[in-house]
Amino acid sequence: MPTTPVLPKLVGQRVKRREDPRLIQGRGTYVDDIALIGMQHLAFKRSDVAHGKIRSIDTSAASAMDGVEAVFTGKQIAEFLGPMPIGTPFPSPEHRAVAVDTVRYSGEPVAVVVATDRYVARDAADAIVVSYDPLPAVVDVEQAMTGQPAVIHPDFKNNLAVPLVPSGTGVSADGSKVDDSAIDAAFAQADVVISQRMVNQRLAPNAMEPRGVVAHYEPGKGTMTIWSSTQNPHILRTFIAALTGLGQDQVRAIAPEVGGGFGAKINIYGEEYVAAAVSKRLGIPVKWSEDRSEAFVATIHGRDILGYIDLAAKRDGTLLGLKFKLIADIGAYNMLLTAAIPTLTMMMANGTYNIPAIRATLTEVFTNKTPTDAYRGAGRPEATYFLERAMDMLAHELKMDPAELRRKNFIKPSQFPFATQTGAIYDSGDYEKALDAALTAAKWDQLKAERDAARAQGRLVGLGLSMYVEVCGLGPSAALPTGGWEHSQVTVERDGRISATTGASPHGQGNETTFAQMLADQFGVPFEHVTILHGDTGVVKQGIGTFGSRSQAVGGTALMLAGGKVKKKMAKFAAAMFEAHEDDLVFENGMIAVKGSPASAKPFSAIAAYAYVPVPLPPGLEPGLSDEAFFEPANNTYPFGCHISMMEIDRETGEPRLLKVVAIDDAGNLINPLIVEGQIHGGLAQGIGQAMIEEVVYGEDGQLLTGSYMDYALPRAIDFPRFELEATVTPTPVNPLGAKGVGEAGTLGSTPCIVNAAVDALSGLGVKHIDMMLRPEKLWRIIQGGRS
Amino acid sequence: MAQVSMTVNGKARKATVDPRVLLVHFLRENLRLTGTHIGCDTSQCGACTVLVDGRTVKSCTVFAVQADGSSITTIEGLAPDGQLHALQNAFWEEHGLQCGYCTPGMIMAAVGLLKDNPTPSEQQIREGISGNFCRCTGYQHIVNAIQRAASETR
Repeated sequence: MPTTPVLPKLVGQRVKRREDPRLIQGRGTYVDDIALIGMQHLAFKRSDVAHGKIRSIDTSAASAMDGVEAVFTGKQIAEFLGPMPIGTPFPSPEHRAVAVDTVRYSGEPVAVVVATDRYVARDAADAIVVSYDPLPAVVDVEQAMTGQPAVIHPDFKNNLAVPLVPSGTGVSADGSKVDDSAIDAAFAQADVVISQRMVNQRLAPNAMEPRGVVAHYEPGKGTMTIWSSTQNPHILRTFIAALTGLGQDQVRAIAPEVGGGFGAKINIYGEEYVAAAVSKRLGIPVKWSEDRSEAFVATIHGRDILGYIDLAAKRDGTLLGLKFKLIADIGAYNMLLTAAIPTLTMMMANGTYNIPAIRATLTEVFTNKTPTDAYRGAGRPEATYFLERAMDMLAHELKMDPAELRRKNFIKPSQFPFATQTGAIYDSGDYEKALDAALTAAKWDQLKAERDAARAQGRLVGLGLSMYVEVCGLGPSAALPTGGWEHSQVTVERDGRISATTGASPHGQGNETTFAQMLADQFGVPFEHVTILHGDTGVVKQGIGTFGSRSQAVGGTALMLAGGKVKKKMAKFAAAMFEAHEDDLVFENGMIAVKGSPASAKPFSAIAAYAYVPVPLPPGLEPGLSDEAFFEPANNTYPFGCHISMMEIDRETGEPRLLKVVAIDDAGNLINPLIVEGQIHGGLAQGIGQAMIEEVVYGEDGQLLTGSYMDYALPRAIDFPRFELEATVTPTPVNPLGAKGVGEAGTLGSTPCIVNAAVDALSGLGVKHIDMMLRPEKLWRIIQGGRS
Repeated sequence: MAQVSMTVNGKARKATVDPRVLLVHFLRENLRLTGTHIGCDTSQCGACTVLVDGRTVKSCTVFAVQADGSSITTIEGLAPDGQLHALQNAFWEEHGLQCGYCTPGMIMAAVGLLKDNPTPSEQQIREGISGNFCRCTGYQHIVNAIQRAASETR
């Protein structure tokens, strides 16, 4: 009898990725790699003023150029393309994909060229002459709130996109009734109150693949295929159908290989709508590929929240009250989720602590800048930064060890599920375990001794510590305008191989690998026999997408549920073949056998073949082995962790140098620890990038001053020390996998952790707070005597 | 228009191109070698790195006509068909990529780095790839991959 190989269980293993062979050989297909016969190229003419009325647009020179198929101004586009929809319930001004009569940020499209190749298209765009009557540029967010120096949208008085929204203790669920007595009492009885204005600065997401789109309307069939560098092809399909007047059944959206997203590719952008509408109008395929300098103005920015933070405590460190007064500079328009992102900062104000009274308020403000929206972490890094900076300031004020201050106030494991006063229901947590793991891994006491010894030599060395809790695994449909479920269809093919679709469309997360690990284990078949299909609405029937660290927690669960249904049906076929009970079967090593009777084993593929040629057909069964599942989670998930860093600042140059980064992250159960490490590394790099070198800067005239890699510092390999990671594991009860999500976590703990280290390093100079980013010139000035 | 001829991945190629066409566009659009990527327009990101006569070059900084007569290796030609170069394999083993967009340029830069210095320290690796941006990995697994390839080919 031939021996069957024993297949290892793969869930929890460091399985190397099956996506990689094509990518390391340059055989991936990204949007810009797609070429269709007859395809024309789009180039956008963009506003070079931040705010102004369009006086005239002269397209005659552009239209006359060889190779130019068409030129459309905003007014002409508006004849066949409606205003852009948003995905939040807040009131929103009209937003056209191409501006019609007023431009509201530098880089806003004013016209589009269709031409035979990208060089000609660019030439023609450059040949369009636009003249403007400039209006004052609204740049400073607090000045904007007074309606100065201009009102950007006439219906939004004082530039308030979202007027003051309260949340927290004493605020009714709908926000209409506000009782201040508890929060006032908390602050009245405090021994210590920390008050600090903090800036969580504007960032550019910078996926290495800029955006791109190919739209192909086929007039004969009346159908549209759109390839886009997107995180969520199904949402793209919905919106493209709506704006082109097609049914969702007539639009096929494809996310091919996607070169990173980081939240910025959730949005459905004007360029995607224009490509689709122009393709339909002209009956030809068109492509648009974003340049990097275009990306800096045309792709959403992230963060940009100003916080006035007050933290009240007793002398012994017991927290009493917290106030977040948040002002979000959202730029010129609402994009898909723009208005919702800062509400997550309110929601997560509570952090990992028992705080008896919390009051968060939020105001969102229009300015003449690129719109903001989701960028990795999306509202939660801001909350973590504000709270964890304030906690460090409190520890300093009370002369307490920052770790011990936090320990004293933690929500205890017995308190879960824990309902915060800002609307979150934390699923599970053990914050002290994460703190202790971090202190041990970093050798906290030894680090403190090293820091003190360095200081004794006159060096500027500091330690930073930060806790975090984030909300992810999004989420119940009540929390997402798109629906919060995820979908999967699992098919055991006639030859016994398995194909499965997922709506969680990846862009670097490795779902082809992790999802195959899960199905291989579920069916007891070789990993190599499982294929995961994604990113094509023609193949994947339903889906939401990959954002909010939801792929595994929501998409992975849908996959397992669909797989479970198919396995159950396959067991019925096997039971009929074996004349055994369906519950008495074992699926392992590519075989199916009756429990306790290994000799009965038949190849998995034989049962699969029987299911498709079922002679005889077992009573009550339909042929075939394919089923689907929608998984709707009952709650979000709440991963958490603790990060520690050590930094030295050069006294002569102000240059900060990161000496150590330790990250303890608890994402619940892990499917593939290798991939999880990669996710955390990437999150750390973006969080540390924000703390140390990244910042979008606008001039007083509303011009973007950081519009290329010459001026926007993207972190390089030399900017980081080796990250030291460990995990604690606290499974979530929200899904059967116990997995919480890990894509964004690294951006939460790292940012305050790094700034805490910098402030600690300069604490001997009387420094209590430094706004990001920590550029050497700023630190040098502080060292030279200016206090921050 | 100008005539160019060059050897790309061992194959002789001749074409007539507009003198302003960048080498990266020539490779991607004329030759359909789309493994070489474009991540910026200021020559910082390194996604377009290829070997020109054995030296690493950011192919967005070179016009196709400037590469006339040269021998070019792109990611597609780094290893014979069906085989992986030691660096490609090391990137796979060490999870040195996520979205994969920077990867071809990063691997080509690492080829150049190891050619110049077959036994680099970690700091030398980090400096050696600092002309290449990666937004996904935080670089640590890329550093590990280059270390692995260096030790395997030593």
